[in-house]
Amino acid sequence: MADRIIAIILRIILGGAVLAALLLFSIGTAVAVATQGLGLGRLGVADWSAIRFTLWQACLSAGLSVTIGIPVARALARQKFLGRQALITLLGAPFILPVIVGVLGLLAVFGRAGWISDVLTWTGFAKLSIYGAPGVILAHVFFNLPLATRFLLQGWSTVPSERFRVVQSLAASPWAYFRLIEWPLLKSVVPGAFLLVFLLCLTSFAVALAVGGGPRGTTIELAIYQAFRLDFDLGKAASLALVQFTLCGVVAVMAFLVPLPQTDGLGLGRLPQRLDASGHRGVDFMWITISAAFLILPLGAILIRGLGHIASLPYQVFTASITSVLIALASTVVCISMALGLSLAFARRGQVAQNLAEGMGILGLATSPLVVGTGIFLMIFPFAHPMTFALPITASVNAMMALPFALRVLMPAVRETYADYLTLRCSLNLTRWVWLHRILLPRLRRPLGFAAGLAAALSMGDLGVIALFADPDLQTLPLMLYRLMGAYRMDQAAAVAVVLVAQSLALFWMFDRGGRGYAGSP
Amino acid sequence: MLALHKVQFRQGDFTLGADLLIPTGARVAVIGPSGGGKSTFLNGIAGFIATDGGQVLWQGQPMPDHPGLRPLSILFQDHNLFPHLNVMDNVAIGISPDMRLSQTQKQQVRTALDQVGLSDKSASYPRDLSGGQQGRVGLARMLLRQRPLLLLDEPFSALGPALKDEMLDVLRQILHVTSATALMVTHDPKDALAFANQAILVADGVAMAPQPIQQLFDAPPPALRAYLGHWT
Repeated sequence: MADRIIAIILRIILGGAVLAALLLFSIGTAVAVATQGLGLGRLGVADWSAIRFTLWQACLSAGLSVTIGIPVARALARQKFLGRQALITLLGAPFILPVIVGVLGLLAVFGRAGWISDVLTWTGFAKLSIYGAPGVILAHVFFNLPLATRFLLQGWSTVPSERFRVVQSLAASPWAYFRLIEWPLLKSVVPGAFLLVFLLCLTSFAVALAVGGGPRGTTIELAIYQAFRLDFDLGKAASLALVQFTLCGVVAVMAFLVPLPQTDGLGLGRLPQRLDASGHRGVDFMWITISAAFLILPLGAILIRGLGHIASLPYQVFTASITSVLIALASTVVCISMALGLSLAFARRGQVAQNLAEGMGILGLATSPLVVGTGIFLMIFPFAHPMTFALPITASVNAMMALPFALRVLMPAVRETYADYLTLRCSLNLTRWVWLHRILLPRLRRPLGFAAGLAAALSMGDLGVIALFADPDLQTLPLMLYRLMGAYRMDQAAAVAVVLVAQSLALFWMFDRGGRGYAGSP
Repeated sequence: MLALHKVQFRQGDFTLGADLLIPTGARVAVIGPSGGGKSTFLNGIAGFIATDGGQVLWQGQPMPDHPGLRPLSILFQDHNLFPHLNVMDNVAIGISPDMRLSQTQKQQVRTALDQVGLSDKSASYPRDLSGGQQGRVGLARMLLRQRPLLLLDEPFSALGPALKDEMLDVLRQILHVTSATALMVTHDPKDALAFANQAILVADGVAMAPQPIQQLFDAPPPALRAYLGHWT
């Protein structure tokens, strides 16, 4: 009995500690920012235009991602073709693709020196330029169109095949088909997908850093960075951070009210059995081709350009790799411990705990790395030189950024294991040791591996707080890539991108593979 | 007369062969082991599965390719109703998928609901109905459509015995009113006997010609005997 009470107390302490750490990170840093900020009066014309631009680009990016996602998802749901499964898997890739690599790839296709500009000059037109607003929106659509498409495709795959058949057997017109099948589907998926993409575009930083800037292309995150690094105006950075925190808070509350789409990816592989496929083949394959090209060309461009220049990279690529991998591993350990602690503490509690856990996940999504970074800087600044702590701070902020996704993977698995086996445990009177080592951990091995892979890959690709804190001597791979881009050494940048992607994928693969290795797992 | 002339229905790797005639007005139970092709048989006649050779004829004419143009109504085990439409609309789409009904059509929908005993539920949504009531909404749609051929793919198998009997009663009334030809997949020999006068055995990728149901049960071929076990 005493043993049981101790276990419960331990679990509460564990869960509570994680919660406290999270609150310190999100709310605590916000308080630090609020007390140091100089109020809204300090914000100039440029800052207000940054706020307007942030909201506008997030709205437009989310709108475009979801709107284009609809015909793409419809085509994928309707048509059977060779490579369909591969394309659906590829739709998941931008999620773990380092943002800066994606941006570099987009520049290689859409930039001034990109493929499309080459064709345009050759045919006598002006070159494209995507710096500023077009680049920010293009990159956000590049990263979020696949995400929105996956959510929508999931929506389509939850429609029972009988329902399609009922509609067919009624000889329904296209309009009736829309009202009977697609309208209810879109109504249930689109608001959540829009909100999620909006949130991601609101807090995205690396895209704005790489292609944003200027009076019509600066986001709040970028403005915080510039106030910090260029002007060293901490008060202004704090004021901006407060605005960003408030915006994210409002969206987070909305996200709590609208159910966000689930990201488990189940059911996406179901093959379509649709008679109407042949009638729409032309349109559908146009959308499939456009979206596949939009995804594959930028990545291909980098691979082609970068592979040949890997040998010419300076030796710093080694130290940068080691730094990146170490940060990623540390961040993975922290992230997974937090996620496991929270899942074990909350998975078995009632509705309140479930809402709390859900709220934590959304809080993590709505937390901007630069706000947290500014807050931490302000907290440390009076006592020590914050740059000294660049590595631990980066690792922990990255862990927190990956936490919502890790929770999404782990929480249901823990809940399911308890639901399926708790009665068995009680009836067999299994000891805690056997329960933990023979049932719980083996059952969780696969989601743990997947979550760890996500956390590691997300941290590998991160270009957020590290940009805020790093001094010139400290370098991670994304930072090195960004600095090479800034120096217009695009060949070497592409080579670093190849190295970075290879290492991210290797880390993801290792963890994910490790989770699958257990012989007894289904 | 429904005629399947040397038809092959192909669904993935599975092929079902059928070469048989069903007289107009017949009530046919489609029985056989699971995985034998019962649903493929019905979905093939309904036009959801392409034929791989052979012809499906109704009253001597080849059936149109599009399922919606075939002279039939089909009812599945689940998902016959649209959760976002109320009972009235769920029935009305049977004659007007656009849900633009004339006064006469509205009256027809109300009559159909009345006949299945759901006139007071027309504004309810499927989630507020019991399983039996949902089944009756599907039957009301069938009744409204007035098609001469009815296909039923185990529509009542999730219901308890009493409810199932009730549904079969409603179905018998509909058949009495419309004098339609009906094919019903069932895995319950009791239902088959209660509903049908003929039976088609579907096993091992072949749909056999219909036989009088009592005769089939009295002297079951090996495939049916293995399926029925010691039922008789």
